[in-house]
Amino acid sequence: MISELFTVTVLIGILASGIRLATPYLYASIGETFGQRSGVLNLGVEGQMLLGAFAAFYVALTTGSLWLGILAAMIVGALMGLIMAFVTVNLHAQQGISGIGFYLFGLGLSDLLFQKLMGTVETVKGFPPIKIPWFSSIPGVGEIFFSQNILVYGAYLLVPLAWFVLNKTTLGLKIRSVGENPDAADSLGVSVARIRYFTIILGGTLSGIAGASLSIALLNVFQQNMTSGLGFIAVALVYFGAWRPWGVLGGALLFSMVNSLQLWIQVLGIPIPSEIAVMMPYVLTILVLVITVSRVRAPSALTKPFERED
Amino acid sequence: MTDSNKLPSGQTRIDSIEMRGITKRFPGVLASDHVDFDVKSGEVHALLGENGAGKSTLMKILYGMYHPDEGQILLNGKPVSIASPTDAINIGVGMIHQHFMLVPSLTVAENVALGLPSSRGPLTDLDRVSKRIVELANIYGLKIDPSAYVWQLSVGQQQRVEIIKALYRGAALLILDEPTAVLTPQEVDEFFVIMHQMVKDGYALIFISHKLHEVVEISNRVTVLRNGKKIGTRPTSETTKQDLANWMVGRDVDFAPDRGKVDIGEVRLKLENVCCGNDLGTPGLREVCLEIHSGEILGVAGVSGNGQRELADTIAGLRKTTSGRVYLEGRDVTGLAPGDLTDRMLSYIPEERMRDGMIKDFTVAENMILREHHKHQFSRSGFLKLKDISTHTDKLIAQFHVKTPSQETLAKNLSGGNIQKIVLAREISRNPRAIIAAQPTRGLDIGATEYVREQLLDQRKRGAAVMLISEDLDEILALSDRVAVIYEGRIMDILPRQNATRERLGLLMAGVHPEEKAPA
Repeated sequence: MISELFTVTVLIGILASGIRLATPYLYASIGETFGQRSGVLNLGVEGQMLLGAFAAFYVALTTGSLWLGILAAMIVGALMGLIMAFVTVNLHAQQGISGIGFYLFGLGLSDLLFQKLMGTVETVKGFPPIKIPWFSSIPGVGEIFFSQNILVYGAYLLVPLAWFVLNKTTLGLKIRSVGENPDAADSLGVSVARIRYFTIILGGTLSGIAGASLSIALLNVFQQNMTSGLGFIAVALVYFGAWRPWGVLGGALLFSMVNSLQLWIQVLGIPIPSEIAVMMPYVLTILVLVITVSRVRAPSALTKPFERED
Repeated sequence: MTDSNKLPSGQTRIDSIEMRGITKRFPGVLASDHVDFDVKSGEVHALLGENGAGKSTLMKILYGMYHPDEGQILLNGKPVSIASPTDAINIGVGMIHQHFMLVPSLTVAENVALGLPSSRGPLTDLDRVSKRIVELANIYGLKIDPSAYVWQLSVGQQQRVEIIKALYRGAALLILDEPTAVLTPQEVDEFFVIMHQMVKDGYALIFISHKLHEVVEISNRVTVLRNGKKIGTRPTSETTKQDLANWMVGRDVDFAPDRGKVDIGEVRLKLENVCCGNDLGTPGLREVCLEIHSGEILGVAGVSGNGQRELADTIAGLRKTTSGRVYLEGRDVTGLAPGDLTDRMLSYIPEERMRDGMIKDFTVAENMILREHHKHQFSRSGFLKLKDISTHTDKLIAQFHVKTPSQETLAKNLSGGNIQKIVLAREISRNPRAIIAAQPTRGLDIGATEYVREQLLDQRKRGAAVMLISEDLDEILALSDRVAVIYEGRIMDILPRQNATRERLGLLMAGVHPEEKAPA
């Protein structure tokens, strides 16, 4: 039975869906990376994703436009980010607790809206795969990398883009300095509040897209609590990736591949209890965090509200 | 001084800045009371005062971080408004903060470029910034690698980055807020060379300090503040250390406290071939042997980072020995936990008082009983005896002259001197058999320093064995009966005080035995 996993077709299938499943992790984790590099821990990613997933799905369903759905998810995510920014930057809230609050808010509101506006599970026709000319015809590789939908491509493009912004632009320099030593940044005329507002809203926007990628590009349905912890894993991936976009990419791929593997194990009916299979990504989260977090250093000002001392 | 109006960095010099009648009130405090202060191109003007005298307040006003309630600032004779640090930078005022304003995880060039517009728009232009950094650094012979990360640099190098940062932003006047507090003696010397050169080139420097010998050495004029008021301004050449100290404190200061004669008793603390590692995993202590007797102060002199911290931590049970034995009153206490050492009446005044000496967010009373809270004196079957603790705290506050609004005040809201008094009160009031005092007066003002030293001498008189670890040779010589010199984790020699001359100690501190020929 296990040997069924090792046929070429199945392996290609596992890799292709692994590449695809990394999409929501990438959007959410890259957004979270910006936040954390500027010193803000957003534990509300899951809530932002759920609202984004719902907004995208509902708008796509009612207007028939997937792009309007994406826009709606971005707006909803940005709004959540704006509120989060106000609470953390202006009100100096304890970020761990307020993040959980935002998660529960997103969970509850997305469920409420779902019940009120839809009531039953429906499906949409999501973003179709785009075959990249020539590349998609390479055997194996073409199917794995070059026959994905637009949001998948976007997620992978986001990684070098995020790296570039963080490391090569004055904005990135400000973001990193605000996360490490806000007093120093402040003394040089960098507005700590403005930078953190920017990164939190950006994070919310990307979390919204992450949610949309689930509801109108990968699964093409909306269900209550459909993210089921994915947003929290996205936060963990930022630690795993040592606050670096390429590291986050590695983490996202690792998790999505394991996830894809467990899906295929179930599909093929391999006699491993499905509970164990489903547990695999989560167990991996814990193991990886235990191993990695002790050896890398978080941004010094992470979770610390900034206040000018007078 | 050159005739040109330009500084070597290309900046126009500031002929003079004058602060007139500056008054600043904080709730309940008059931090600055009609203070006049001025500084000219080509001079070092020292601003001297105890902690809380208003030095920093005055300078933060000049740097635009505070807004004065009264008074005005004149630049080259014309009134200016400095509403923010950006305004200050724009007129050529730079400030080197006591706690460096650097981002450790960024490179030198990134730290310098931070917050400035880039020639490449949204992209950073670190190559150009690096070139300019090297240019500026070369003017003063500073060695700085623009691509090095700040966390890799020594404290002295970080300070140079701060200076470069200010020069890069066009500073012609530098406010140096206690720049020597974090430097080793050698780094201070190097720093003074740079200051001399800058003054010659036409910069105006304001030097904030409470270290008298440095003020006397480096400054052209000196202004003394006390309790927010200006006591006076004089050319430095017309003052003495003693005058300045008396001005600062407002009474006669005793620099050489009376040590008195104390009979030396039995050996209290003994280290036998003690070795341990350090945080980097290399040897921290190598075969350390020493004895301290009852009624004796053993000074441990050395340049920072030569094993002093490891020595103190090892004796206090905070660091494991890799070999060797530690004896307290003849009993082997090697490897005992700090709690057991507490029970054997060892007291420890740690170097990092805010980190290791107390809990910042605890009240004065709670900090007072940290070490012995579990003793029957302060608790019964797990419940704190709040009334007894309060009485005890009141007694110690009075006895050790701790200035605190109440015993419920959080420790972090007190000044450094008062915090050290709390640590002293807690550690000394239990009549310990042996005391490890690590850098007990570092960062304290003259009044508090004097007090701490008297207390240590009292303990000696009482018969305690005291180990005084200090980087301040004056302090070592003023208090110790014998002086041990530590270098790279090794005790180079232990000298009776009368044989411990500065020259001899200096050589030992550099790792050279005076009997040997110093390497050419």
